Amino acid sequence: MNIRRRLLLVVGAFTIFTGAVMVWAPTVGSTDISLARTFDRSIPWESNVDAQIFFVARLPRVLAGAMVGAALAAAGVVLQALLRNPLATPFTLGVSAGGSLGAMLAVTMNLEFGLLGVTSIPLASFAGSLIATAIVYALAASQRRGLSTSVLLLAGVTLNSFFSALILFVQYLADFTEALRAIRWMMGGLDVAGYAPIVAALPFLLLALAAFAVLPRTLNLLSAGTEAAAAKGINVVSAQRLAFFSASLATGAAVSLGGPIGFIGIIVPHLVRLLIGADHRIVLPASTLFGASFLVLCDLAARTLMAPLEIPVGVVTALIGGPFFLWLLVKRS
Amino acid sequence: MGQSLQVRETPGRRISLSLSAENVSFRYAPGSPLVVDQVSLRLTDGALTGILGPNGSGKTTLLRLLSGTRRPTAGRVLLDDRVLDRMSRREVAQHIAVVPQETELAFEYSAIEIVLMGRHPHLGLFTVEGPADIEIAQQAMASTGTAPVADRLFHQLSGGEKQRVVIAAALAQSPRLLLLDEPTASLDLGYQLEVSTLLKGLNRDRGVTMAVSTHDLNLAAAICRELILMRDGRVIATGATNDVLTPDNVRRLYDVEADVHVHAETGHLTVVPMRRVPR
Repeated sequence: MNIRRRLLLVVGAFTIFTGAVMVWAPTVGSTDISLARTFDRSIPWESNVDAQIFFVARLPRVLAGAMVGAALAAAGVVLQALLRNPLATPFTLGVSAGGSLGAMLAVTMNLEFGLLGVTSIPLASFAGSLIATAIVYALAASQRRGLSTSVLLLAGVTLNSFFSALILFVQYLADFTEALRAIRWMMGGLDVAGYAPIVAALPFLLLALAAFAVLPRTLNLLSAGTEAAAAKGINVVSAQRLAFFSASLATGAAVSLGGPIGFIGIIVPHLVRLLIGADHRIVLPASTLFGASFLVLCDLAARTLMAPLEIPVGVVTALIGGPFFLWLLVKRS
Repeated sequence: MGQSLQVRETPGRRISLSLSAENVSFRYAPGSPLVVDQVSLRLTDGALTGILGPNGSGKTTLLRLLSGTRRPTAGRVLLDDRVLDRMSRREVAQHIAVVPQETELAFEYSAIEIVLMGRHPHLGLFTVEGPADIEIAQQAMASTGTAPVADRLFHQLSGGEKQRVVIAAALAQSPRLLLLDEPTASLDLGYQLEVSTLLKGLNRDRGVTMAVSTHDLNLAAAICRELILMRDGRVIATGATNDVLTPDNVRRLYDVEADVHVHAETGHLTVVPMRRVPR
C-alpha cells in the first residue's frame, strides 16, 4: 500500500477515534447529566446544573487533556528520533523539571501575579521550561558542529536531577499547605481553572505542531545517524535545532497546563509504532491524535474510578506506563 | 519483474560528472592535527576509483569532504565547477550519494522504506513519493538484488543484504557520483565478493562514477580502474590500478613488504603481504 493511502487511512482512523473520545468524555462522570438539559438554552445558566457541570467542570478538562496528551506524545516522537533513542521521553531533557521548579517556586513563594487570566503557577512553570531549554541548548551547542545528542542527553539527565533536588529543597522549606499543593501539582492534573490557561497555551502548542509538520521525513533520515542524514540532503544542524526547540516548546506548554504527567510521551509513540511501523510521516500525526485521546481516557478513569475521589491523572498514566515501560525494556533485550 | 526493470537501464542516459578537490585540508577541531593535508585530485568521469590507505590515513574524512557533509578547513571541492560549500545539502544530495561503512537504525524500517528515503532530495517539503519515485526505488532494489527482501525489516537482514539495501537507497538518489566508505569492511568473504561484484556491475551497467575506500587491496585490484593512495592525510600516488599498485607503493602505504603479481585466472593484480618492515 502506498504511503499516501496509508497516511489517509491511519490518520483518518485516529482522527475518528480521537473525535469520538472527545465528544463522549465530557458526557461521562461521577454525576449523571442530561444532554438535553445541558444544551437547553431555555433554562437559565444559573439554574442549569447540568450545563455547569458540562461546560465548567468537564469540557475544559477534556480540552486540556487533549492538548497536553497531543503535545507530550508528539514531543516524545520527535525527541526519540532526535536522540536516536526509543526510550527518550519529553522529560528526558530536563525541560519538565525546569517547568516543575518554576511552578514550585510560584506555589511556595505565594507569587500572586497573573497575565490575561492565567495564574502565576502555569506562567512560572512555562518560564522555568524555557530557562531549562536554554541551558540544555547552550551546553549541547557549545560543540563545534550542530547539537551533540550525547551532550543533550547527559546535560538533560543531569539538569533533571539537579532541578529535582532544588524542587525537594523548595518543598522542604515550604510550610505544610504549600508543600501539599506543590506535591499535588507534581502529580499532574487536568483540573484547569476555566478556559484561560487553555487559550493561553494554545498558540504555543500550535506553533510547535506547525514545526512538527515539516519534520517527519527528516526524522526518518536522522534515525540512520547525522552523517547518513546529511548525505541524503538533510541540513542536520537546522533540523536538530528545529526538532529540539519545537519539542521543548510543546513540553513546556503541556507541563504548564497539566503538570509533569509522565509516560504519555513514551507509551503512545511505542503503541503507534507497534501498530503501524516506523515511518514518522504516519507515526507523528497518529501519535499526536492518539496522545490526545489516550490522556483524555486516562483522565476519565482518574475522575470516575474512585468517584467521588479523584485520582491524579499522572498517577493513572504512571500506573499504566510503568509496567508498559518495563515490558518494552524486556522485549527489546 | 526485476529482470525487465534491469533491461530498461540505458547507460547512454548518463550525464557526465566532474568532481575535484583543490588543495583541500581538514581538521576536526581548531588546534588538532590535519586529518586531510592539501589534497588535490580529480575523480575520473565514469570510473570506479579506489581509495587506499592505512587506518587513520584520512580516507573517511576525504570521502566526507568530497560528499560535502564536512567543509574543508582550507581549499575547496568543486562539483561541475561549482564550489560544494555554496550548494545546499539537498542540491548536493541530488548529485552525490554516500554508502557508509555500517548503518544502524534507531527504528524498525522495512527495506523498501529505507530505499525510498533515498528519494528525499528529489521531493518537496510536503510531497510524498509518487509512482515515478517508487519505480526508481524498485529499480534500485532490482539492480542490487534486494527486491525479494523489500518488505522485510532492515534489522532482520543479513550483513550482505543490509549493505545492498543501503547501496540501493544510495542509487535511489539517482546520483551521478556514489561514494562508498569501506562498504565490505564488516562483511565475510562471501558477502565481500557479492558486494564488490555488485559495485563493479553497477559501475559498468549504470555508468555511475564511484569512489570506494577500502583496506582490501585485492578487492581494489579486482574492481577499481584507478587508485588514490593516501597516507597521513596526503595523497602519495594516483593513477591506473596496474601502474599504482606496486610492491614499492604497498610498502610506502603500509610498511609491509608484499608480493604483487597478476593472477592467472582473473587477470588482475593480487597482493600477498610478506612481512612488516620498519617505516
